[in-house]
Amino acid sequence: MNKKIAVAITLAVALAAPFIGYPVFLMKLLCFGLFACAFNLLIGYTGLLSFGHAAFFGSAGYVAGHALTVWGVPPELALVLGTVAGALIGLVMGMLAIRRQGIYFSMITLALAQVVYFVALKSPLTHGEDGLQGVPRGRLFGAIDLSNDLAMYFVVLAIAIAGFALIVRIVHSPFGQVLSAIKENEPRAISLGYDVDRYKLLAFVLSAALAGLAGATKTLVLGFETLTDVNWTMSGLVILMTLVGGMGTLVGPIIGAFIIIALENKLGDVGTFLVNTTGIEWFSTLGESVGMVTGLIFIACVLLFRRGIVGEIGAALAAIGKKSKLA
Amino acid sequence: MKRHALAFAAAASCALISPAHAQVSGDIVKIGMLTDLSGVYSDVDGNGGAEAVKMAIADLGGQVNGKKVQFIVADHQNKADIASSKAREWFDQQGVDMLIGGTNSGANLAMAKVAAEKKKVFISIGAGSAQLTNEQCSPYTVHYAYDTVALARGTGTAMVKQGGKSWYFLTADYAFGQSLEKDTTDVVKANGGTVVGSVKHPLSASDFSSFLLQAQTSKAQVLGLANAGADFINATKAANEFGITKNMKLAGLLVFINDIHTLGLNATQGLYLTDGWYWDANAETRAWSKRYFAKMKKEPSMLQAADYSAATNYLNAVKAVGSDDADKIMAYLKKTKINDMFAKNGEIRPDGRMVHDMYLMQVKKPSESKYPWDYYKLVATIPGNQAYLTKAETKCASWK
Amino acid sequence: MEIFGKPLQVMMPQLLLGLVNGSFYAMLSLGLAVIFGLLNVINFSHGALYMMGAFFAYIGVTTFGMNYWVMLVVAPLAVGIVGILIEKTMLRWLYKLDHLYGLLLTFGITLLLEGVFRSFFGVSGQTMDVPAALSGVTDLGFMVLPNYRAWVVLASLGVCLATWFVIEKTRLGAYLRAGTENPKMVEAFGINVPLMVTLTYGFGVALAGFAGVLAAPVINVTPLMGSNLIIVVFAVVVIGGMGSIMGSILTGLGLGIIEGLTRVYYPEGSEVVVFVVMVIVLLLRPAGLFGKEK
Repeated sequence: MNKKIAVAITLAVALAAPFIGYPVFLMKLLCFGLFACAFNLLIGYTGLLSFGHAAFFGSAGYVAGHALTVWGVPPELALVLGTVAGALIGLVMGMLAIRRQGIYFSMITLALAQVVYFVALKSPLTHGEDGLQGVPRGRLFGAIDLSNDLAMYFVVLAIAIAGFALIVRIVHSPFGQVLSAIKENEPRAISLGYDVDRYKLLAFVLSAALAGLAGATKTLVLGFETLTDVNWTMSGLVILMTLVGGMGTLVGPIIGAFIIIALENKLGDVGTFLVNTTGIEWFSTLGESVGMVTGLIFIACVLLFRRGIVGEIGAALAAIGKKSKLA
Repeated sequence: MKRHALAFAAAASCALISPAHAQVSGDIVKIGMLTDLSGVYSDVDGNGGAEAVKMAIADLGGQVNGKKVQFIVADHQNKADIASSKAREWFDQQGVDMLIGGTNSGANLAMAKVAAEKKKVFISIGAGSAQLTNEQCSPYTVHYAYDTVALARGTGTAMVKQGGKSWYFLTADYAFGQSLEKDTTDVVKANGGTVVGSVKHPLSASDFSSFLLQAQTSKAQVLGLANAGADFINATKAANEFGITKNMKLAGLLVFINDIHTLGLNATQGLYLTDGWYWDANAETRAWSKRYFAKMKKEPSMLQAADYSAATNYLNAVKAVGSDDADKIMAYLKKTKINDMFAKNGEIRPDGRMVHDMYLMQVKKPSESKYPWDYYKLVATIPGNQAYLTKAETKCASWK
Repeated sequence: MEIFGKPLQVMMPQLLLGLVNGSFYAMLSLGLAVIFGLLNVINFSHGALYMMGAFFAYIGVTTFGMNYWVMLVVAPLAVGIVGILIEKTMLRWLYKLDHLYGLLLTFGITLLLEGVFRSFFGVSGQTMDVPAALSGVTDLGFMVLPNYRAWVVLASLGVCLATWFVIEKTRLGAYLRAGTENPKMVEAFGINVPLMVTLTYGFGVALAGFAGVLAAPVINVTPLMGSNLIIVVFAVVVIGGMGSIMGSILTGLGLGIIEGLTRVYYPEGSEVVVFVVMVIVLLLRPAGLFGKEK
């Protein structure tokens, strides 16, 4: 019952939001939320730390962007192409990386993502440092004009909800149960007869595909794609989002993504606000200190809030629940 | 599952932090400037450029026809995505009427696209790439201070005439560097020279040694440095370190007075360069530069002077037209001559190019320099109509 | 004389430069390997600490007027002290947990350090002059080699070999290696293992700081200089085999030379060749070239 109320409230807020806030910013939040959820599928539910997720996010963005600008395809096709690109790169990377465990797995994903970055840097199709600019939004299914920010927002919201619903479905399915088993105790899963490599690879490809969908959608919304999205710092950023929100929770990564993106974009405004209220000039440099603040949050989360915000709130509520039961 | 509700509420409120501003500010003329404030190009425009715009606004009393003038500036860190996002946000949320593009061609090309989409005036000061008024021209873009074609025609022609027939390029690997290399290659070949090869380096590269070694083995007569700012400074230093300057002449294709100041006359004497403005050219430039120097403690570069001039002329246009409507302003700008301390008889062509004279300079020997910042001697003036792409050569669709 | 179509004149300079780069890779991967061997921590902040060493040298020389040779000792010490602080206040809480958290913590520290230096110095580089004694060039015929770069190679080789000697051939090194294998047993023998761990971390990062001082006069000193390097150094450590000292040194030098060779034949690929090598090595010899399969 509570769950249904929670979902209803969220939906209401999501539908009302673009009329109150800045739609483009909200859409960015949604795209990164999907990206973080996709990443969490791998780390939170399968126990695999990929340090190269930006490769899927950015490449899909480039593919979609290229399809929209050069081939002039309609937006829905571009999104499909982006997702497929993400899945394919995920397949190749997964096949190479799954062979190894633990830290080696992470290192391979990092190295392969660097190769993808290099390709993006040198390929004339991506325009290197200048990036892909002026990506048109087009008309969805030939009918909905996406250059209207409101229309675009509802489309992105639909995509984000669909992606999230898919992840929820995966996690609660038998397939998802096996993934949890692999995360808990891989040798035991093997001894029970599961072909763990196949499961891990499938999880990897699904995660990559959804990350690709997020990346392609973001390119459609913002109208450009640059090397920032294939850089390893982007891979680090999505790890941070998931960590802050709560690894292994369904909702955590979304919260984490919202917080981190809001931080990046609004820290400058917070600084200006603080300068105006306190008169201390130093706060105006806050806008440039995003890296520092991000680092501090990272450190704090790893040392103190390992379960992330949602995880900690969940644990706190559970403790309260227990106390009231005992009383 | 209460935590879901709490969590979502928290998330939603994050999203709503972004304030809902009114769409277009009717009573305020808002100028926004996106430039490199902290990176490889921060010296030649950066905070100095922002100061120059502030001076322009102050000189007009901070208001135009009774409407207040506001100015905001932000750092795009030489990243096209930051420039594009910020520009969009400023147009949508902050009611910016005119956007000034500081350095970095990639960022400027991105901003030009956003400005064209939003139908707002965009004045590009710091970008070099001639694409802004050529393949990527737009009715809302003004390319103000210089471009790679003018630089190539100035320095390139001079070097080839001096005997530098074979060239090797060290190029910054993005829009500006590639434009500069291409335009200079065209000029070199048109003058009977050859291009032996080229090597690309990443923007703000940390170590030029391996690239310079490749240049050295090419045995070309001239090393064309198709980069700028700190990249140019570091490449020049490394070229001296590895003894490349003994066998090859250096051609600095985009050099600012700040670069000469950092490198010193010993390392740069005799260097040819093309500039759009010099602080010590005449009494008018000296007078303005003195005011600038009082604030920034350095002499202004061409870009900083252009920032002042562009802001002033834009505000005068708003005054004359009586509104900040982009189409009317652009029409006015394109039919009014620019006559101020930055340019004499400058005019803005239909493709958005602000045409004015360019100057071929040579860096003085240490013995010839009489006072601080006395670095250049004028070798030749290149008239505006010869420096830039002509109508016959242009690829701009709306100017054929 | 030509090798695969390229004259010696063209190859030798790039190989020499590759050797210089390789020296940096060797020193940095040595520090990483030592730390990973004993602490089981992937020290992502190695790059940021290398950057800090370079900045300390820069600040020491320009602001405090100290000379380069003094900074060569002082800067690594300062970085080492910072390392010890990091270990004592933050890292030690994570030893019981998954490798993952050590990596994430040090990643966070990297962002923090880079942010701090960025707010003071901006992103564009600072340059430091080469000390007078090492300036000037030697004409080797096929290229003009700045003397300073030769010094870099010699100094790094010296430090690397000294470290290897201490770890492999001395009693202190023996305690260290034993502590890696079986900390409880070593503690039972009366050795203060936590202290050893702390000092090892401090030493590992001091090596990075030393590399930073060496780098300052030749590379642009920017807050981001470490990030650009650290990813490559990770690849080097993985190729060499984590925890093997000599492996890291040889791999570092070797990869520097391979990079140099790539610059001769296919300059565009020089940035990515290390990663390609890493993937190949991991597929064929998962524990690394010199590592031991645990």
